[in-house]
Amino acid sequence: MRMLAVAERIIQQIFKDRRTLALMLVAPLLILTLVYFLFQTDQESIARIGETGLTDPMGDQLEEADVDLVSVEPNESLKELLLNEDLDAYFLLEDDLLQVTYNASSTTTIGSVKAQIAGLRQQHFALQVEEVMMKAAESGLIQPDEAPGFLNIEETYEFGSDETTFFDTISPFLIGFFVFFFVFLISGISLLRERTTGTLDRLLATPVKRSDIVFGYLIGYGIFAVIQTIIVVFYSTYILDIQIAGSIWYVLLINSLIAFVALAFGLLLSTFANSELQMVQFIPIVVIPQIFFAGLLPVDSLQEWLQVIAKIMPLYYGGDALKAVMIFGRGIDDILLDLFILFGIAIVFTFINIQALKKYRKI
Amino acid sequence: MHAVEVSGISKSFGKTEVLKDISFSVSKGEIVGLIGPSGSGKTTVVKTIIGMEKADEGKVTVQNQRMPNRLLLNQIGYMAQSDALYMELSAEQQLVFFSKLYGVPKNKRKQRISECMGLVDLEKDLSKKVMIYSGGMKRRLSLALALLHEPDILVLDEPTVGIDPRLRKQIWEKLQLLKEQGGSILVTTHVMDEAERCDRLVLLLEGSVLAVGTPQELKNQFNTDSIESIFLLKKAGESA
Repeated sequence: MRMLAVAERIIQQIFKDRRTLALMLVAPLLILTLVYFLFQTDQESIARIGETGLTDPMGDQLEEADVDLVSVEPNESLKELLLNEDLDAYFLLEDDLLQVTYNASSTTTIGSVKAQIAGLRQQHFALQVEEVMMKAAESGLIQPDEAPGFLNIEETYEFGSDETTFFDTISPFLIGFFVFFFVFLISGISLLRERTTGTLDRLLATPVKRSDIVFGYLIGYGIFAVIQTIIVVFYSTYILDIQIAGSIWYVLLINSLIAFVALAFGLLLSTFANSELQMVQFIPIVVIPQIFFAGLLPVDSLQEWLQVIAKIMPLYYGGDALKAVMIFGRGIDDILLDLFILFGIAIVFTFINIQALKKYRKI
Repeated sequence: MHAVEVSGISKSFGKTEVLKDISFSVSKGEIVGLIGPSGSGKTTVVKTIIGMEKADEGKVTVQNQRMPNRLLLNQIGYMAQSDALYMELSAEQQLVFFSKLYGVPKNKRKQRISECMGLVDLEKDLSKKVMIYSGGMKRRLSLALALLHEPDILVLDEPTVGIDPRLRKQIWEKLQLLKEQGGSILVTTHVMDEAERCDRLVLLLEGSVLAVGTPQELKNQFNTDSIESIFLLKKAGESA
């Protein structure tokens, strides 16, 4: 079997090239670990708010809400005040008017500041209502047990827990993306090198079929891609403790298909590159855009024409399936369509690869 | 019957006409030299013979079968102009790989590998990585790879380029030996003293056949004492 001979040779080459081997197997783990720590903090950044003249209940409520509250002397220049005290917002209460000044550059805390303001408003209103009610009860207008109360709230979590971090929600996409990226780059560059060093011509001067070469590459690199996938998935699950709601086997299956697509895609694009540098130039064009459509951003909420673009990206289907399994715990029925599409894309790319080799041998 | 027959092939890449109506043949037990300056189209002729390129017009037959034909490649030993070798692998891994591609039976593999490496004086270096081979060793390994499957026809694209005279002499001695065993050999070169070692020469200039004949015939025809001066004469004739 000539295709097995090609596959065997590729495996021999990878083993001799320790650096590439390490890049394929260790680099995804390094980046994944780094991202894990970067996105581990799930609490939003704590807002630092300066205040003048807030009432005690207001101050208590803000302190309770984990806000870094500082009393400051009013200053004529609000800009200077914000700058000198390093504030994210400044509250000035005069009578019934709360003047709020935001530091618009503190984009990560504006949301929580606004939530605090809403809370203060509620509190202000509730205190007044309480006062009115007490007066009404005293004067016998209403019975004490008729006084309005707060809504009772009971919280439970689905698809995760209160421990679920941002990292957990993007981890399905991250795993799929790293598998895709490294396999794409390494397989593409290896076929490219085969061409630029002339060994492809040498290979095609033997009675090898064009399909033997393409399938040989798929098998040879496919074995490493699957090993890489297994390492990445198990590392994420058991070391980084990423939650996988569904079966880990589905996660492996999906990632193996992603690797298969990346392989075929890398080989195909290498046909259009004349050097390693040109291969790397494809990354911003075909790899980076996929980051945004494969699960980092919620595709459903994108504009319609962007959703159309998302659907021509192979990683979109990988990300979709991974999310279904890892976060929503779905089974094979729900990911079958995604798997089928990924497989179809890989088959089409493989076929085009076999045809593309005609450029180097006419038969 | 000719081992290789090239009849009237023309080939253009885009608007550039690289080959114009080229015809010649290689018989059994014959060394034919394809001689011409750089850029005269030698490599394109070679690539057309092994089926990597397809002629726009004309045809190439190998053992009376028309090229391109994948299975016929099993009867051709090819040595490319550049040493297309897998640097990371050892010579042995390389040879095993190519013997699998050429379908050399498993039980004959070891024997063929040591025969071929013996022929090019590399038996001792079999387990070394190709990366640490010298330029001449790589060239010889390339030749060994071309001989692995005992092809009837050898197509060698500049086999001795960048090789020192002693080694060049050795390689030509091997080629003579193979020829005596009934092989047909097509060699391209632009080293004119190698031309003298061929049985017949095809002179190629700017994509056309200038002349075909034995070295002596050509010298008589152009009334000179060296092949080299034919090209020089021709160039001078054009500019005059």
